[in-house]
Amino acid sequence: MDYEEAKNLVVEGLTKKQKSKSKFYFNDLAKLIGEKPRAAKKYVNQMVTEGILEYWSSGSTSMYGLPGTGKQAAAEHED
Amino acid sequence: MAKHETPMLDELVSGPWPSFVDDLKQLAAHRAKNEDNIEYQIPVDVVEDLLGILELSFKHGRTHWKHGGIVGVFGYGGGVIGRYCDQPQNFSGVAHFHTMRVAQPGGKFYKTDYLKQLCDLWDLRGSGVTNMHGSTGDIIFLGTTTPQLEEIFYELTHNINQDLGGSGSNLRTPADCIGQARCEYACYDTQDLCYDLTQEYQDELHRPAFPYKFKFKFDGCPNGCVASIARSDLSFIGTWKDDIKIDQEAVAAYIGGEFPPNAGAHSGRDWGAFDIQKEVIDNCPTECMWMDGKQLKIDDRECNRCMHCINVMPRALRIGDERGLSILAGAKAPILDGAQMGTLIVPFIEAVAPYTKIKEEVIEPIWDWWMEEGKNRERLGELMKRQGLQRVIEVLGVDPDPRMVQEPRSNPYVFWKEDEVEGGWERDINEFRKHHQR
Ligand code: HEM
Ligand code: HEM
Ligand code: SF4
Ligand code: SF4
Repeated sequence: MDYEEAKNLVVEGLTKKQKSKSKFYFNDLAKLIGEKPRAAKKYVNQMVTEGILEYWSSGSTSMYGLPGTGKQAAAEHED
Repeated sequence: MAKHETPMLDELVSGPWPSFVDDLKQLAAHRAKNEDNIEYQIPVDVVEDLLGILELSFKHGRTHWKHGGIVGVFGYGGGVIGRYCDQPQNFSGVAHFHTMRVAQPGGKFYKTDYLKQLCDLWDLRGSGVTNMHGSTGDIIFLGTTTPQLEEIFYELTHNINQDLGGSGSNLRTPADCIGQARCEYACYDTQDLCYDLTQEYQDELHRPAFPYKFKFKFDGCPNGCVASIARSDLSFIGTWKDDIKIDQEAVAAYIGGEFPPNAGAHSGRDWGAFDIQKEVIDNCPTECMWMDGKQLKIDDRECNRCMHCINVMPRALRIGDERGLSILAGAKAPILDGAQMGTLIVPFIEAVAPYTKIKEEVIEPIWDWWMEEGKNRERLGELMKRQGLQRVIEVLGVDPDPRMVQEPRSNPYVFWKEDEVEGGWERDINEFRKHHQR
């Protein structure tokens, strides 16, 4: 799989779930990409670097989402 | 005159112990006076507002900090813990109050000018409030605003030669004891291994992809000065394979009262004359020591390297020469499940740079397994409990070892599998009935 393919799978997958969910675990992304975690990580890292994905963290747990999609509201259960 | 009245916080000051409230008030006054003419980059009254919002939380019985948010500087998925207050109108100084985790130097060695550099940076660009050190080991900078994050990161990495630490679902900043730098008990170079793994696993440290946090800690010997056995997912504890080295003359000197036991550590009161039977031999947990006339004897095959005798008589007893480390896995504090201590998974491994075996045969197989099969927010220790010790040793490709079992019943059993047993589980029932009646 190349990067573009992985990117499309992730963006499509997250956009589809956008209504009900704005924050995703790394494992959710690896599943969308369909590769083992350590291989999927290379694509995810690049997506963050390019600003396609954004981190969110509680301090103890990290999550990912599309930029500016109300992750903070979700953290306080307002979505 | 303080900006906010803090009657409840003030009560904390009245107790017998030093209070953080005093410290914060002192810092608030210091910032207000600004005798050094610092061009504060965040509100000068940040500490006043910190005290004010804490008082308000006491009054309301609930927190006014929001949960989570921004996580780092560009390209980093950890090292910054976003904190925002939900009363920014009345407490504008702490509208943003992000924590920064700064990697601590190996063994927590500082020079004072380095500490001063850190503090100057934090006075200028943060609240000035620090926590030396956080439980993971990091230097904690408490409270700055979003625009300052990149500035501080630049200063740290370009001028202070330091990096941010880990937070979130990352490898956390690895922590080690002072080891061979000062301690003769160290069975391996904790600082070298800690530094080597920190460099090797930069991606894991800064870009979160684990199910949850993951910690390495390095103790040079079983005294466990960084308590790795209780506080890390992978705990590296120095040990030795051969015999404790005994200097019988020095043993006699301890018995004769020439050397103070415990290097004089308990000399604050008079405990009477040193009694080797009572203070050493009877305290050996494996009962493997005895006096043979004037000679101290140890049955080293029974010794479990508890360190007690060596700690009491360091000039007479020394760690052995065939040194390395044991690796334990799965310690954690209670979150999903109760607290757990580490379980021994590698009884002995050599600790010699570049540590290839430790990386390729222990750390990476463990990570591959946990990343694939660990549930979200499940620590390694919980996965080990859920799937069993047998699965762990399968992942590592090692054989079961009696040293992995502390005691029968409370520890997990390791079962034979069919393909490990000659003939398998199938039996010829007719053959069986020839010898056993129905
Ligand atoms: C030389 C002969 C034997 C030896 C060396 C021996 C040794 C042992 C050992 C080491 C254990 C494990 C103890 C533990 O889990 O802490 C055990 C358990 C057991 N043995 Fe034996 N055994 C012998 C003969 C027998 C015989 C003849 C019987 C029955 C007729 C028997 C019945 C059991 C049972 C039922 C247990 C399990 C006890 C429990 O679960 O608490 N053993 N034996
Ligand atoms: C009404 C009669 C009996 C009752 C209510 C009874 C009850 C029990 C109970 C509750 C256990 C503990 C099970 C566990 O901890 O998992 C046990 C274990 C055991 N019983 Fe019995 N039992 C009875 C009769 C017998 C007899 C007649 C024998 C031997 C001829 C026997 C041999 C054993 C053994 C060897 C164990 C230990 C098994 C192990 O830990 O692996 N029991 N029994
Ligand atoms: S853990 Fe052992 S080697 Fe490390 S500082 Fe403590 S006593 Fe020394
Ligand atoms: S190290 Fe502990 S177990 Fe070993 S001989 Fe000394 S007291 Fe006994």
